[in-house]
Amino acid sequence: MSRIILNRRAFLAATASAGAIAALGGKGWAAEQPVKGGRLIVAGDSEPANLNPAIVASNGVFFVASKVIEPLAEQSYEGKDGLSPRLATSWEGSPDGLSATFKLREGVTWHDGKSFTSADVAFSALEVWKKLQNLGRVVFKNLDSVDTPDDHTAILKFSQPTPFQLIRNALPVVTSVVPKHIYEGTDIAKNPANQQLVGTGPFKFGEYKPGEYYLLKRNDAYWQKDEPLLDEIVYQFLPDRAAAGNALEAEQIQLAAFSAVPLADLDRISKVPGLKVYANGYEGLTYQLIVEINHRRKELADLKVRQAIAHAIDHDFVVKTIFLGYAKSSSGPVPAYDKTFFEPDVTKYAFDPAKAEALLDEAGYKRGADGNRFTLKLLPAPFFNETKQFGNYLRQALAKIGIDAQIVSNDTPAHLKAVYTDHDFDITVATPVYRSDPAISTTILFESGLPAGVPFSNQYGYANAEIDKLIKDAASTIDADKRAGLYKELQKKAAHDLPLINVAEFSFITVARDSVQNVSDNPRWAVSNWSNVWVKP
Amino acid sequence: MPPLVSLLLKRLLGALPVLAIVLVGSFLLLEAASGDAVDSYVARSGTLDAEQLAQLRQEWGLDKGPAYRFKAYATALAQGDLGWSTAYQRPVGAVIPERLPITLLLMTLATTLAFFIGSLLGVIAGASPGSLRDRFLSVTSLAIYAVPGFWLGLVLIVIFAVDLRWLPVGGIESIASGKSGFARLGDIGAHLILPVTSLAMVYLALYLRLMRDRMGEIWHEPFVQSLRARGIGHWRIVWRHVARNAVLPVVTMLGLQAAAMLGGSVVVESVFAIPGFGRLAAEAVARRDTPLLLGIILCSAITVIVANLLVDLAYGKLDPRVRTGR
Repeated sequence: MSRIILNRRAFLAATASAGAIAALGGKGWAAEQPVKGGRLIVAGDSEPANLNPAIVASNGVFFVASKVIEPLAEQSYEGKDGLSPRLATSWEGSPDGLSATFKLREGVTWHDGKSFTSADVAFSALEVWKKLQNLGRVVFKNLDSVDTPDDHTAILKFSQPTPFQLIRNALPVVTSVVPKHIYEGTDIAKNPANQQLVGTGPFKFGEYKPGEYYLLKRNDAYWQKDEPLLDEIVYQFLPDRAAAGNALEAEQIQLAAFSAVPLADLDRISKVPGLKVYANGYEGLTYQLIVEINHRRKELADLKVRQAIAHAIDHDFVVKTIFLGYAKSSSGPVPAYDKTFFEPDVTKYAFDPAKAEALLDEAGYKRGADGNRFTLKLLPAPFFNETKQFGNYLRQALAKIGIDAQIVSNDTPAHLKAVYTDHDFDITVATPVYRSDPAISTTILFESGLPAGVPFSNQYGYANAEIDKLIKDAASTIDADKRAGLYKELQKKAAHDLPLINVAEFSFITVARDSVQNVSDNPRWAVSNWSNVWVKP
Repeated sequence: MPPLVSLLLKRLLGALPVLAIVLVGSFLLLEAASGDAVDSYVARSGTLDAEQLAQLRQEWGLDKGPAYRFKAYATALAQGDLGWSTAYQRPVGAVIPERLPITLLLMTLATTLAFFIGSLLGVIAGASPGSLRDRFLSVTSLAIYAVPGFWLGLVLIVIFAVDLRWLPVGGIESIASGKSGFARLGDIGAHLILPVTSLAMVYLALYLRLMRDRMGEIWHEPFVQSLRARGIGHWRIVWRHVARNAVLPVVTMLGLQAAAMLGGSVVVESVFAIPGFGRLAAEAVARRDTPLLLGIILCSAITVIVANLLVDLAYGKLDPRVRTGR
């Protein structure tokens, strides 16, 4: 594998310098001319009952729907504030945090031929994002009204100061615009257009065959000149874990995103001529491997015990052996790539079983006659292979310091109920997602007072007034630097007090045939619109 | 009413108590499983706040007790309504017809193949028990019987789809190919070769062994001795007398296997990405979609009853002593 990777790196370096020369020397050196047309077949992920990204902002939905329905802006590696324009061409927040102005793209039409205007944005914001969307209900909580002085300007008005930094960071995820003329006056949550999507994107919704595939077709009237390049995208559902790898090898599909090819198979797959492995293109949806802790349990309410558990985990082993190198060790709830919010200077817990044992002794939990200090119920989330493997590792790591962790395996619904509704756990292995701003889906893991039953939130019986105050203050701090400062403070406090233990951050792997071009060219690539993707004949 | 139809109705009516027990049992089992359809929905679609969760539970009837839900289901069922699938957000009556024919096709082909080839090989082995030919077939069939169907499927995929590229990796037909008529039929056929083979192989061994063993016993019966004494040719005795008598338990097994095939198709359908009934059932359980699962169980039960009826009819044809009661 190392040889292949070296070759791949060498190849990437070579193409990068060729690009540089092209930039200097004009068109003579330019990369190959994209070829239009053709069908891209990718391994399908899930079949959501509701495919409307304006209502269900989740990766399973975006994977398909982001090609059909567009947000106001998309993440980008180069763009200002990490964004590139989509349906909005510019955006600005007012200094008082009470309004945000968006200039909208002109000459955009819906797939049914009607014009896209600011009325669509106003309708989507007020009726869909704010009222129905899982993440929008948080981000647009204080959205009061939307002014539309002309067809291409939308001004969001807030009842309370709302940080524009948050709105901006959330744009790619929460602002999918849907057509007013199709949804107005209907039961939005049950509108048939939630399956038969109508958008402004580079591809139109073609066909859905349950259990078989989604088919998207080229939108000839797309606003971006000369795009999209593909004629069709097909998502073929392959339920078996080995299927995506086999289908790639047999050239029956050309791309598998979201680690559809399991990490364990990557070594073999990467040696197959004609296949390329991409570890980037998911930075905007970083998953974090964490240990959730039930603070209602007497032993775990003791900080020394939590510190001991943190010291018992060998991050290096987790990254190298469980994630086979496709992950990074992490020290807190914000991933290192997020330069705005990441705080590197926090309490760190080096792998040190001896220290862990000393801490447990200090806390008064001595080893008993059988060598055990106490027993914990460990619930590894069944979401990924790696969460289950880390659960097994954690059991062994804790056994070494005298804690007997009993693994309880559940399927997904049972796991959610046990942890987030019944609180029937002591520790778990979980994978929250960081979505470019701590306020979107990260602070919910720390703030207290949430009702039981809300999944992926603080159901840990943990309450810390200082942390609650930081979260509350940040929610209404308009100044971007000050706001980032509050979140940095939060990371320090969290690392010190360990309401939960961050172990690693991981993203997914894309495997594609080398004929597929422009793969992984933005931080949310798998869930972006793919209008510049083409296949070398 | 033609006798066949009245017989079918009689059988179905007779099966009603069994169906009711199966339905109540499955309902209770799924109710006993921790977590509900909303938990499963949230795991796929991202978290919701408490208000949205409560609203969804109310909409799907999950805020009420199991007794209420079962009563509502039974009432609707009595009116011919299979209910609403929470996982697919469509009526169960619309979801099932998309999947059932595919699994029936898969099952019918696999069973037919397994039955005919299995019993044929059984006859060859049983024609001269203890011979080299018999031992070879018996040992080979035992080996195949010991192999799990999904593993066989994976191996077949690697050899014939990935390495040789003769056949497709999975799916029921080429995606949006625009094929129709015989071209489409051929396409579906090509997609079915591997799954049918891996499903049939395991059961083939069963029929082979059953046929062979029964024939071994019949060879010792006095009437065979007398046939031999009368100088009738070996193969004539094999076909007309020994095999014909030995086939009866094999046919019985055919009926019993119909149910097992439905179960076996769950795994094979996943391995080959076939949008069939088995995969739908697995999905229904994983997503705590009670109405869908009950609909599937109901249809499976009816399928098995019909299959057994057909077997009984065939039995009557094969053995004049057994005529189905009118």
